[in-house]
Amino acid sequence: MKRYSAFAIAREAARYHTGWERAWRSPEPKSHYDVIIIGAGGHGLATAYYLGKNYGITNVAVIEKGWLGGGNTGRNTTIIRSNYLQDPSAAIYEKARSLYETMSQDLNYNVMFSPRGVIMLAQTEHEIRGYQRTAHANALQGVKTEWIGPERVKQLVPIIELSGPRYPVLGGLWQSRGGTARHDAVAWGYARACSNMGMDIIQQCEVTGIDKSDGNVTGIQTTKGAIKCNKLGMVVAGNSGHLADMAGFRLPLESVALQALVSEPIKPCMDVVVMANTVHGYMSQSDKGEMVIGGGTDGFNNYTQRGSFHHLEETVRALIETFPMISRLKMLRHWGGIVDVTGDRSPIIGTTPLGNCYINCGWGTGGFKAIPGSGWAMAEVIATGEPQGLAAEFGLNRFQEGRFIDESVAAGVAH
Amino acid sequence: MLILTCPNCGIAADETELHADGQAHITRHGAGASDDDLETYLFMRNNPKGVHFERWRHVYGCGKWFHAARCTMTLEVFGTYPAQTLEPPKELVAKIKKKRPDWEGFVK
Ligand SMILES: Cc1cc2nc3c(=O)[nH]c(=O)nc-3n(C[C@H](O)[C@H](O)[C@H](O)COP(=O)(O)OP(=O)(O)OC[C@H]3O[C@@H](n4cnc5c(N)ncnc54)[C@H](O)[C@@H]3O)c2cc1C
Ligand SMILES: [Zn+2]
Repeated sequence: MKRYSAFAIAREAARYHTGWERAWRSPEPKSHYDVIIIGAGGHGLATAYYLGKNYGITNVAVIEKGWLGGGNTGRNTTIIRSNYLQDPSAAIYEKARSLYETMSQDLNYNVMFSPRGVIMLAQTEHEIRGYQRTAHANALQGVKTEWIGPERVKQLVPIIELSGPRYPVLGGLWQSRGGTARHDAVAWGYARACSNMGMDIIQQCEVTGIDKSDGNVTGIQTTKGAIKCNKLGMVVAGNSGHLADMAGFRLPLESVALQALVSEPIKPCMDVVVMANTVHGYMSQSDKGEMVIGGGTDGFNNYTQRGSFHHLEETVRALIETFPMISRLKMLRHWGGIVDVTGDRSPIIGTTPLGNCYINCGWGTGGFKAIPGSGWAMAEVIATGEPQGLAAEFGLNRFQEGRFIDESVAAGVAH
Repeated sequence: MLILTCPNCGIAADETELHADGQAHITRHGAGASDDDLETYLFMRNNPKGVHFERWRHVYGCGKWFHAARCTMTLEVFGTYPAQTLEPPKELVAKIKKKRPDWEGFVK
């Protein structure tokens, strides 16, 4: 792999950019791999990357039915933060956030991580208490966050209207080291690094069946034929229920649509990320100048990657009260992704009823921020075969044991 | 926009008038049930890519509960039926089977 650098840009500029190579290979599948990962979203690719980097396991294939990063990884509003309430969540999200800080150097790929700061607005009395509690929890967890009053919110976000009649801004939870990153670049950067370690990333290849014998997985059936493996990792987000069905077990989650939209580009007006959880409105300004807005989930099971229009309308209607200036903006595009939501709004990482099959799912509406931490944890589980490390608390068994990692009490949503 | 006909009042209600409440026909276990049964009741869900049976409530209408059969891949609605039943009506199952020959049938 030729490294990207300022020197490389100068060299290529001098020869009309004829020397750039493909960022990753597109090989045909081999007949056998040590580890197969299903799903080339951020989580699947990061899992493969840390299997190679942390454990030296490189005979790995990542199988993707569409194009890499074309699932939720390429559809999300890219908010990165780690101000969760429960200790296991703070541990894995903070690990992820800290890995984002050095990701561009580590992967030699510019993921445009922008630690511009994230505010979660308190717009009800209940939220004031909730976020003050989270700020205290974060202090104990070593995650730097701070409760701020309305004046400081206004200072950080001059375009905000503090005294809206329905949704006044009463303060906020501020994480100065949260921010955003370029979603595609995260998938592309990991893919390039994986390919460089000799791993095969196989796109346009749908997994259609799981081969089993004696309670273990022996391989997978795909639209490009059968492939054998010693270990299997399922990392397919909204399609997890469907894949588990193929493998013969059930999961405690449901797949629903989550939507987002962007406006026409405008001059810089907001240099932090603002989350308004009460109204399910999440807004930041992209480097191109578009206002990027995330909404809430639909209420019913759905695999179509299209959501209901009235949810976008509700989000925008509420945000206009808090950001009056956006009422003049034209919205350019809107889209949906299918997110896998668990009962306690926390992910599942760990073993399955099948011996050598591991699962990473349930990130729901908020897993982009977790990609490096999740891949790190999942690689440990696959390499050792044990649910340990950052993943230890996130096992499938927690629902039977009543050991929830309850983040729904903290935010109701988990962007 | 999803439109479901409420079998209680006969109105073709659009989804802003309705509340979705997840998988239908779940067996509700009580005190003394095994850990497995309680976990299944409270957390495990059918999450099919295809035919799904659901509970809905006509909240901004007659207020009553009912059931619906829908396809989660196309959002096609196969039909709605009263909530006072333990499984989907035979005619509805037959109608779905005709449209989706590969469908494995109703599973609890
Ligand atoms: C609108 C929206 C906004 C969001 N906003 C945020 C946010 O601001 N911050 C945040 O942290 N998170 C956010 N999220 C959540 C975040 O996008 C996801 O949690 C995260 O991207 C999940 O990554 P993944 O790699 O697990 O899944 P995906 O990126 O969906 O990857 C799974 C891959 O598996 C593939 N696959 C599925 N079935 C098969 C099969 N049978 N065979 C082969 N391949 C298969 C899919 O094609 C897909 O590419 C948002 C999500 C949406 C939809
Ligand atoms: Zn009715």
